[in-house]
Amino acid sequence: MTILKRGLSRRRVLQTGLAGIIGTGISPMIFSRGAWAQEFCNNPTGDTVTFGLNLPLTGAYAEEGADEQKAYELAIKHLNGEGDGGLISVLTPTALKGNGVLGKKVTFVTSDSQTKSDVARAGATRMIERDGAIMITGGSSSGEAIAVQGLCQELGVIFMAGLTHSNDTTGKDKRRYGFRHFFNAYQSGVGLAPVLAEAYGADRRAYHLTADYTWGWTQEESIKNATEALGWQTVEAVRTPLGAADFSQYLTPILNSGADVLILNHYGTDMVNSLTQAVQFGMRDRQANGKDFQIVTPLISELMAKGAGENVKGVYGTSNWHWNLQDPGTIAFTKSFGAAYGSPPSQAAHTAYVQALLYADAVERAGTFYPPEVIKALEGFEFDGMGNGPTLYRAEDHQCIKNVLVVQGNESPTSEFDVLNIVQEIPREDVAYDPAMFGGELGPAEPVPMCA
Amino acid sequence: MAAMPRNDLLLFLGFTLVVLAMPIWLQPFGAAYPDLLQRFMIFGIFAVGFNILFGLTGYLSFGHAAFFGVGSYAAVWSFKLLSLDVIPALIFAIVVSGVFALVIGFISLRRSGIYFSILTLAFAQMSYNMAYSVLTPITNGETGLQLTLSDPRYLDRAIFEAVPGQPVPTLLGQSLGGFAGFYFCAGFLIIAFFIAQRITGSPFGMMLKGIKTNQTRMHYTGFNTKPYTLAAFVISGMYAGLAGALLAVTDPLAGAERMQWTASGEVVLMTILGGAGTLVGPVIGAWLIKYFENIFSAINDSILRRFFDFLPDGVDSAMVTVASKFVGEGWFLTLGLVFVIIVIFLPGGIMEGVRRIAHLFNRAPKAPGKANPQPQPAE
Amino acid sequence: MFDVIFLQFLNGLDKGAAYALIALGLTLVFGTLGVVNFAHGALFMLGAFCAVMFRQFLTMETITIDPEKLSPWGSPLEIREPLVQAWFGDFGAVLVNYSVPASIIITIPIMLIVGIALERGIIKHFYKRPHAEQILVTFGLAIVAQELIKAFFGPNPIPQPMPTDLRGAADIGAWLGMQAGVITYPIWRLVYFLFSAAIIGAVFAFLQFTTFGMVVRAGMADRETVGLLGINIDRRFTIMFGLAAVVAGMAGVMYTPLLPPNYHIGMDFLVLSFVVVVVGGMGSLPGAVAAGFLLGILQSFASMTQVKDLIPGIDQIIIYLVAVVILLVRPRGLFGRRGVMEA
Repeated sequence: MTILKRGLSRRRVLQTGLAGIIGTGISPMIFSRGAWAQEFCNNPTGDTVTFGLNLPLTGAYAEEGADEQKAYELAIKHLNGEGDGGLISVLTPTALKGNGVLGKKVTFVTSDSQTKSDVARAGATRMIERDGAIMITGGSSSGEAIAVQGLCQELGVIFMAGLTHSNDTTGKDKRRYGFRHFFNAYQSGVGLAPVLAEAYGADRRAYHLTADYTWGWTQEESIKNATEALGWQTVEAVRTPLGAADFSQYLTPILNSGADVLILNHYGTDMVNSLTQAVQFGMRDRQANGKDFQIVTPLISELMAKGAGENVKGVYGTSNWHWNLQDPGTIAFTKSFGAAYGSPPSQAAHTAYVQALLYADAVERAGTFYPPEVIKALEGFEFDGMGNGPTLYRAEDHQCIKNVLVVQGNESPTSEFDVLNIVQEIPREDVAYDPAMFGGELGPAEPVPMCA
Repeated sequence: MAAMPRNDLLLFLGFTLVVLAMPIWLQPFGAAYPDLLQRFMIFGIFAVGFNILFGLTGYLSFGHAAFFGVGSYAAVWSFKLLSLDVIPALIFAIVVSGVFALVIGFISLRRSGIYFSILTLAFAQMSYNMAYSVLTPITNGETGLQLTLSDPRYLDRAIFEAVPGQPVPTLLGQSLGGFAGFYFCAGFLIIAFFIAQRITGSPFGMMLKGIKTNQTRMHYTGFNTKPYTLAAFVISGMYAGLAGALLAVTDPLAGAERMQWTASGEVVLMTILGGAGTLVGPVIGAWLIKYFENIFSAINDSILRRFFDFLPDGVDSAMVTVASKFVGEGWFLTLGLVFVIIVIFLPGGIMEGVRRIAHLFNRAPKAPGKANPQPQPAE
Repeated sequence: MFDVIFLQFLNGLDKGAAYALIALGLTLVFGTLGVVNFAHGALFMLGAFCAVMFRQFLTMETITIDPEKLSPWGSPLEIREPLVQAWFGDFGAVLVNYSVPASIIITIPIMLIVGIALERGIIKHFYKRPHAEQILVTFGLAIVAQELIKAFFGPNPIPQPMPTDLRGAADIGAWLGMQAGVITYPIWRLVYFLFSAAIIGAVFAFLQFTTFGMVVRAGMADRETVGLLGINIDRRFTIMFGLAAVVAGMAGVMYTPLLPPNYHIGMDFLVLSFVVVVVGGMGSLPGAVAAGFLLGILQSFASMTQVKDLIPGIDQIIIYLVAVVILLVRPRGLFGRRGVMEA
């Protein structure tokens, strides 16, 4: 271990030395930000500390991004002791005092990730290198999350993932510096399948339409395994190109395929379009095998439900969280968010808010911003009051184990926000799984890599 | 070098100076941090290479992002399979993208004009769609190809002992993070610029310009133009591959999005915005667009409020409201407006504006970077 | 098996009609004005948002705030009263129900004005400029248009329900005397198919049988000679640009129930429509229509599982693959003329 440390630090000195020779007189930045000025990346020395928000503000998930940004701004206000304090009062246990983090006032910088992994990484790098962000958070796709998580591991900055649902984020691509509060495709499957079997019977023939990329595949596999375990058959699983817009050519073969359930493993606008078009094909008025034909959308959000309009009525899916839950945490957050922005928060906003608070709390408990100590504080942290019941930040894969919601499209919405009903809260014991199941390796926390 | 005309030499030296001093003069613009500087260099190379095809021969390729992406994938595979050293990765990437460009160029150059553009677009879109889905074992699809601890890296394992920790690309054991990475890329931009300059001035470059002006006449004079255009296509594909590989060096991840048609369109926009057919124009276009994408998009309300702080109350909040429509998430709107305005008033791109200003002062255009007698945008 | 192939063919026709309609407007502009219009997708998108606007206007509500009660998220409860129904009663309800087709009434003048203003204001100055600059300026305009729409309507798709009578699927099999429930197809898609066919037919008839059309066709073939004959061809070309904008806009309106429109919908169609136009041959109207149907049908069949099992991923690339093959076999696309856009 000592040899390793010496080797790395020698390389570090060489590198800094070289950069110094080239850069003397050219860049004064090198001296203020050189390796010897701080013992880890972006150690906050002033009286403020900066969070880096990496959000899709343009592109397909812009709405999620905008909602996440609202939530982060709210969380930062609450951390600084402004506003009504939000969830700080209900988080148990908590070390937060409402005077910033370790007495430093929290500020933030933002970056538009455009829902592209490349751009997300560039934005995260900018926020770390130029703006001195101590932590990166946000994002609304698994591709982004995995790409940024890898980067953060290299630079030694903690990444608190936003909306990412792929098993890989805390599975085969997990990283020591990356943490996910959101649930995953596997949990959707095991949570949803029993509800489906109860509602539609154990003798069903399912037809999958799957977005043709990594997230789609993991979700298809998870749902297939979970439903087949309960006696369902899978007629066919068809891959559709991302952003296909018109899905009709994939919908026509379903009509006479002998399937009686259509499972749409899509997300975002793909889901809005495929669901709308499937309903237009009369799938919900059809009979097949003597049963009513059904459509299932394993992962659904309020924003997607709004986009699909009345087509979503009665359709089952899963969510990480819903503003209509009745625990004190949810009530406090919904009220706080509603008062600030005039609408209830989405699940993307919730997970973003909670991630920001959890990071700040871990820093308070660790008593330092030094990433390995913060990681230790987060790993295995058991907490409650954030709207998902008792929750464990699992040390083995950095996945939060908590309750998962099965939801259904509301048949008679009372407002434009009232689009989903909670059918069942699946207790966390039922959706917990062996962390070794999806492979992967967290990698080391120390020595702390140094950003430039 | 000795044979270089004086103007060319001045231009080259001026360009070198401007590039190397970027960390200083970009400081007031908030862009002097390594990652963005690296991107300036990389997309500068991409645009210079694109200009060798489009600016000289007039063939408008709408699929150059494919070579960029292939370069990135090739470089990351070299990191994974061979060695973390960047030299084999760059060589490998240039060769692979060159071969790829040879195949696509050979087919696409059978047609000209918009039919050529659509052929290149079709090939690039096919590459993108396949990389995103069917070719996932090679490209790792949506997530992008990344380095992992368990990569084989046969060459490294054979020679060195395994270094624990997250693998990062190195140059002869020297890490290329931060400013070291910038100077590494800057070196390549300067070399790329130099080669492009030499090509433009060479008989080969003359030939290409002849093809652009009147291909039929070239045919009548007995030239077979195809080998020349194909050579230009392959060279420009290799430039794109080099740029893609450098992006993978500074940030070892290769994603499929960098092959999408919008990415191909971006390099077209960079080139035309800066001034197609000129040497410096495409580079400036690339810098401008990357600056917009990275800096303008990051300006949020609180930064604006600080900026307009000097104004009286009420006025400043009004200014913030108006300005916020054009920065942050509205940066794309600003970019669109800039395109429209520049194309309407400066058909030759920014370089024409520079020329006009130089003309206005009626001084002999001596300053390097402005003394560019290259005519007209492409047709 | 027959039912599967028949359905897939029907779907191909349906997709093909949509492609042909989008490509038609693009070809009109290119054939008459010689302008490569990258803003064509944006015109389609603006048309779609005419429908959105019309529906938002029809479903305007009076909002009264009930100070007593609070919504679950803590803001005062709003009581909403629809206005149009209150004013017009049943007629209002019918109007709301048929808002999508009805919005064509406002789409035609709006798109005509937008088209003519665009041509007179900007495009006019680009007739003599290189195609690359035409692409850049129209692309810039497209970005501006879509960002403005995003600023007003937000980034999320806005669902546009189709009229209740036209929802669900029609049993085509039963019409043809087959077993009920075997061949069904969404009514609205059939409506869209008929609509496209009608518009395409109308454009052809207009160009073929009216004096105006004749002059325009003559102008397409040889602009200078027509100008020398003392005909003000420019004014007619301006009107043709307006017409192309109207065709794109109406295509957008009628497409909204199939695809909830968002600001990005135009860009998604842009590349596709260019491929269709080029495969058909630049500037050829019959070519655009033929290529639209060809690509639609091939794409539909390529998406069948049986075909995908044979060639993995074929559905992802079929459009581009067909474009490459056709351009290599027929140098100027299906119906292209020599010398157009080849330099």
